[in-house]
Amino acid sequence: MIEKMSDSSDSGLRTSDSQNIVIIKYNAGNIRSVMNALARLGYEAEITADPLKIKEADKVIFPGVGEASTTMAYLRETGLDEIITNLKQPVLGICLGMQLMCSYSEEGNVDCLGIFDEQVKKFQLPEPNNGNIKIPHMGWNKITNVKTPLFDDSLEGEYVYFVHSFYVALGDDIAATTEYILPYSSALHKDNFYATQFHPEKSGSVGERILANFLKL
Amino acid sequence: MSLLHSASKLINLNIMLAKRIIPCLDIKNGQTVKGVKFVEIKEVGDPVELGALYAEQGADELVFLDITASHEGRKTFVDLVKRIARNINIPFTVGGGISELSDADALLNAGADKISVNSSAVRNPQLINDLAQNFGSQFVVAAIDAKHNHGDDWIVTVNGGRIPTDKKLFSWAKECEERGAGEILFTSMDHDGVKQGFANQALAKLSDELNIPIIASGGAGAMEHFKDVFTKGKADAGLAASIFHFKEIPIPELKAYLNKEGIPIRL
Repeated sequence: MIEKMSDSSDSGLRTSDSQNIVIIKYNAGNIRSVMNALARLGYEAEITADPLKIKEADKVIFPGVGEASTTMAYLRETGLDEIITNLKQPVLGICLGMQLMCSYSEEGNVDCLGIFDEQVKKFQLPEPNNGNIKIPHMGWNKITNVKTPLFDDSLEGEYVYFVHSFYVALGDDIAATTEYILPYSSALHKDNFYATQFHPEKSGSVGERILANFLKL
Repeated sequence: MSLLHSASKLINLNIMLAKRIIPCLDIKNGQTVKGVKFVEIKEVGDPVELGALYAEQGADELVFLDITASHEGRKTFVDLVKRIARNINIPFTVGGGISELSDADALLNAGADKISVNSSAVRNPQLINDLAQNFGSQFVVAAIDAKHNHGDDWIVTVNGGRIPTDKKLFSWAKECEERGAGEILFTSMDHDGVKQGFANQALAKLSDELNIPIIASGGAGAMEHFKDVFTKGKADAGLAASIFHFKEIPIPELKAYLNKEGIPIRL
């Protein structure tokens, strides 16, 4: 495991000069943490809302903490919705970013970008709640059934960090699943679009391996 | 499917969410300190170095509490938070002296994942609503210091446990949840620094009555105390300071022990 980690960070350093990585800036909280995580891997990234810079980037990261309907309204107002949907390079959505890439969210009952034909639903507490289950789903949980180049086999069953009250129901574009109250999609993949419900930028060395895999695409 | 069957199935599913181990670092003038019963203070080093070491050893989150009073000290703390955010790859909460939205905003921009409010929220409960509305519930930890009176009666205290208030633990915790707090960090002033175990009875009652995660603080002295706080205390996370700082309980050893005892833990 340790060998793999140093492998990925080495290759990261070799290619860091030639990669143009953009983090999409919009009305969401704490997106700087993604930039910090990339810096730890030896990459520089730019946080921008400039359509041209986003279109021309080698890699695009669409992070986010916030509320779905107000954020979708903001993306439509600024035209970022069409820009993101039409991107051809590898794109990584994180947390709210992943939910906004789906077709519909129960958070504010809003139509989203529709990149993934998936539904975003609200977690419901079981009745009776004998297991003292809490919402939001907050903390470290396992990713299982991992596939796509984002997850090498060594990542099966690893713990990553989640904070969310809405989830993506199981569907066609699953790249990883997680169980909390019920099994759901904790990562998605379709064509050049990748997304994680969890925060790789906050998931320790496991998260850094996932980010490194994305940057190798 | 019978009700009983479905309930037990849900418990099994929930077991995948790991219980969290959280070292807490008290910061004064940019350095880590730990007060024993909030009086005697000893220095234990650079917060960024110590935090990174804990992250490497398997800490699930970190808490940094600023106990500096001066204005200059506050600026130092924001700079420190920036350094923490650049160097540490797990989530961290910062607290101490946050009484306005602008304080929280500065810490968010510095890279904090969550902020904790304590005395300031007791004095101005609306602060919790304002923070949750502006930054989201996931950003807001309501820290509560309480002292046991009798039975289920716990008195909420402020200023590091020195001043009792007219608030009671369980009703105030519920109010914090309703106002939008995303987590409760409960410190028992009777257990803090004594190292005889956490306030498990009160913690279990909090966990039963609230639907947000409960972080237990105060009383960790042995590995068994963490097992008890996750089983008897039903806590979602266990926080401690001196036992980690003074290497009385190494985190890898603690997590291996909890795993062996059947507690869901991230190894």
